[in-house]
Amino acid sequence: MKGNENAINTANNSLISINGLKKYYNGEKVKALDGVNMEIKKGEVVVIIGPSGSGKSTFLRSLNLLEIPTEGKIIFDGVDITDPKTNINLHRRKMGMVFQHFNLFANMNILKNMTIAPMKLLNKSKEEAEKNALNLLNRVGLEDRASAFPSQLSGGQKQRVAIVRALCMEPEVMLFDEPTSALDPEMVGEVLDVMKALAAEGMTMAVVTHEMGFAKEVATRVVFMDAGKILEQGTPDEIFTNPQNPRLKDFLSKVLT
Amino acid sequence: MFDELRDKIMLCFIDNGYWEWLVEGFLHTVLITVFAVLLGLVFGVILAAVRSSYDKNEETLKLRGGIGYYLLKFFNAVCKIYITVIRGVPVVVQLMIWYFVILVSSKSDIAVAVIAFGFNSAAYVAEIFRGGIMSIDNGQFEAGRSLGFNYVQTMAYVVIPQTVKAVLPTLLNEIIALLKETSIAGYVGIMDLTKAGDLIRGRTFEAFIPLIAVAIIYLITVVVLTRVFTAVERRLRRNER
Repeated sequence: MKGNENAINTANNSLISINGLKKYYNGEKVKALDGVNMEIKKGEVVVIIGPSGSGKSTFLRSLNLLEIPTEGKIIFDGVDITDPKTNINLHRRKMGMVFQHFNLFANMNILKNMTIAPMKLLNKSKEEAEKNALNLLNRVGLEDRASAFPSQLSGGQKQRVAIVRALCMEPEVMLFDEPTSALDPEMVGEVLDVMKALAAEGMTMAVVTHEMGFAKEVATRVVFMDAGKILEQGTPDEIFTNPQNPRLKDFLSKVLT
Repeated sequence: MFDELRDKIMLCFIDNGYWEWLVEGFLHTVLITVFAVLLGLVFGVILAAVRSSYDKNEETLKLRGGIGYYLLKFFNAVCKIYITVIRGVPVVVQLMIWYFVILVSSKSDIAVAVIAFGFNSAAYVAEIFRGGIMSIDNGQFEAGRSLGFNYVQTMAYVVIPQTVKAVLPTLLNEIIALLKETSIAGYVGIMDLTKAGDLIRGRTFEAFIPLIAVAIIYLITVVVLTRVFTAVERRLRRNER
């Protein structure tokens, strides 16, 4: 199968290596993830697509252990982060995460949202952290909102802040969990533009999304999941113009209308 | 008619210096309330910390194993039993148990009342804080953890500040309730505000004037408390926008 070859070829020099990942709820009744293997290399943009309930969000959230997998290994930077002895907090610093609902800290203004983690966790000085934050805000066109509170921002603005907040920690990989699903349609573009720019700079990214346009344009690899399994993966061209798996064909026929 | 009322007021408060009882009673009421609130807050927050830590980390700890899970599970169960018992027994019964059974050799009646009301209030404060913590969107918590903050840091920087603001109105309710609950301190021989009014009633055979006076003093205290809390809330909200 195409998917397996791919995994073996890229087994070396991979940033994240996922092995036999399983996540069961209620004993074994609900199998959100049912044996997922994947390699993510440095600089790759992996876009994960699939119907709702297919386990793609659970998979992404497992990568930084917001969901604790029932079984399987995740090797990040050569360290098995699923090992209970691993200090996951140290590794999460290097994995930026962007959520569907933004999750900006409601009790802090934008600048504080972006500086608190670098200051408290990386021991950066206030000046350094703020300078870096303002630079990043500038890049997403929001430098004038630095002192605003999250409740004063639009959805698109919040999500752009959430992305640069994660970048403040200088992560090695960025995880995006349906970053545009909670946005009004006219705000989707501004967020995707930031993500495209990030991909162009060579950031390693894993993106769960329903934006097929983004997948076609930006992904180096598209992964199709259903029922907790990876059913097919390949380049955007392979997935979108020549899908093999019947479930993928069915899925694409519904979303690409 | 007004002369008659004036005479009664003089009789109840001035002629025999009974107003001093009211002052002393009010001071005792305030003393018991203030220290019971402090004790209730400190102990209640500890209870809430255990309960919510368990609620928030149960799944993670279970899957990641270790003795921490069993320790937390044990302490959580102890806290739950404590809260159930306290909430299930009338506070006046608790007060009498402290006074006549547990602390029977105590020299200070006021201290016994502080302990009884404080440990009673703690159970309610615990549930207020736990409810507050659980009411904060879990996304806030996850965002903190995803940046690399540990559990305690995430709670301290992100969740607790938002919780405090959310629970302030409910906390005020609890303090008002506690203030008024202290009126049963007379059961164990403490002269609080209510007892003072009742003593005056017994001495003067006048019920209306002393009891209305006591009611008005409670009312004014509660109104002042509410004003203070509203001001604090407004200030906290201003900091957010």
